[in-house]
Amino acid sequence: MSEITKTDVVIIGAGPVGLFAVFELGLYDLKCHLIDILDRPGGQCAELYPEKPIYDIPAWPEISGQGLTDKLMEQIKPFAPQFHFNRMVTRLERQPDGQFHVETDEGEVFETKVVVIAAGGGSFQPKRPPVPGIEAFEGKSVFYSVRRMEEFRDEDVLIVGGGDSALDWALNLQPIARSLTVVHRRAEFRAAPDSVKKMFELVERGSVRFELGQVSGLTGAGGQLSSATIKAAEGETEIPVTRLLPFFGLTMKLGPIADWGLNLHENLIPVNVETFETSQPGIFAIGDINWYPGKLKLILSGFHEAALMTQAAKRIVSPGERVVFQYTTSSTSLQKKLGVA
Amino acid sequence: MAKITFVTFDGVRMDTEAENGSTVMESAIRNAVPGIDAECGGACACATCHVYVDDAWKDAAGEPEAMEEDMLDFAYDVRPSSRLSCQIRVSDELDGLVVHVPERQA
Repeated sequence: MSEITKTDVVIIGAGPVGLFAVFELGLYDLKCHLIDILDRPGGQCAELYPEKPIYDIPAWPEISGQGLTDKLMEQIKPFAPQFHFNRMVTRLERQPDGQFHVETDEGEVFETKVVVIAAGGGSFQPKRPPVPGIEAFEGKSVFYSVRRMEEFRDEDVLIVGGGDSALDWALNLQPIARSLTVVHRRAEFRAAPDSVKKMFELVERGSVRFELGQVSGLTGAGGQLSSATIKAAEGETEIPVTRLLPFFGLTMKLGPIADWGLNLHENLIPVNVETFETSQPGIFAIGDINWYPGKLKLILSGFHEAALMTQAAKRIVSPGERVVFQYTTSSTSLQKKLGVA
Repeated sequence: MAKITFVTFDGVRMDTEAENGSTVMESAIRNAVPGIDAECGGACACATCHVYVDDAWKDAAGEPEAMEEDMLDFAYDVRPSSRLSCQIRVSDELDGLVVHVPERQA
């Protein structure tokens, strides 16, 4: 087991609400570590709509998802939050002393007094293509990412999709695969033009096979794939396949949060609206993932929830200490924390 | 106002009234049409409001734009009549539009 990282607060999810929580907690001297399954901050704002305008952020008549993320990162910089990207929190356990151990799928362990779940719609995970029976082959012949290229050596590889991941892996795996086929439902790709050009050069040379269509069926036994059926306009064809890599984008799943002993309400976490604490003391939930009567899934609601949660979190981290409410406009001590006084 | 009819996968017809300028997806959500998830809320970012436009309405509804085509890559059982309902804007020309809901969203 790796070394244990000690902190005041672990925030699960680095979307806009998780980021703003760093600011509110920071004003009360609480140090934060943020864990997110994506490779960058911003959550849905960065993954789903980085370029799209948002019109209901107070005082921003129009701001893009990426723009909002950048501004929040600038705003929380004085508090030096620690980010841990490309990781999913897999375990959350209360210790005998009341603190929590938070474990990631990379094996890191955090010891923290407070946990803030700001996980939005859940963690982004690869979308499973709607091919009947695909589950039986997952992990053995069907992979949603390439962890070790060697698993594809001398195999009949089928890559499905028309984005950058599909084309990048087609180009990378072609030299070591026994055969490589790319299936996409149309001739246009939403990938770097250079990769598209390279792939079609390989197709012309006969090194890559390109099929226009969709995968409609898989055959094999014991998790080992042997062939795939491709449905095209002119009918179905079956090709030998021993490794399948579908790249169908990401979807949000609640994931391991369901196993942490929290009360749930239709996959959302009910909270006390005074403190935003869940059914477990010390574990808070803010933003889209929580539920209370009248809840609205708005970024601005999440910001408000972060401010109220902080009052309760501070009392847990510094029991007995008087929590003094101050304004950033007039408080010299807050301004010192922000580095402006 | 335009009448938009959704035909669910099991053949149930649901007539809805939609305001000009709104989207077909919004009408589905407002009327709780089963089989339209609209996970991303209409940002053309998820492909879970996928519908098939009835043959009679194909020309009136128009073709998907490039961004919508990209998103349709992630939809289930895409056909030539496939559209994302969040990208179809309601207008007088679409009064009477019929769309079919697929077996499932991706």
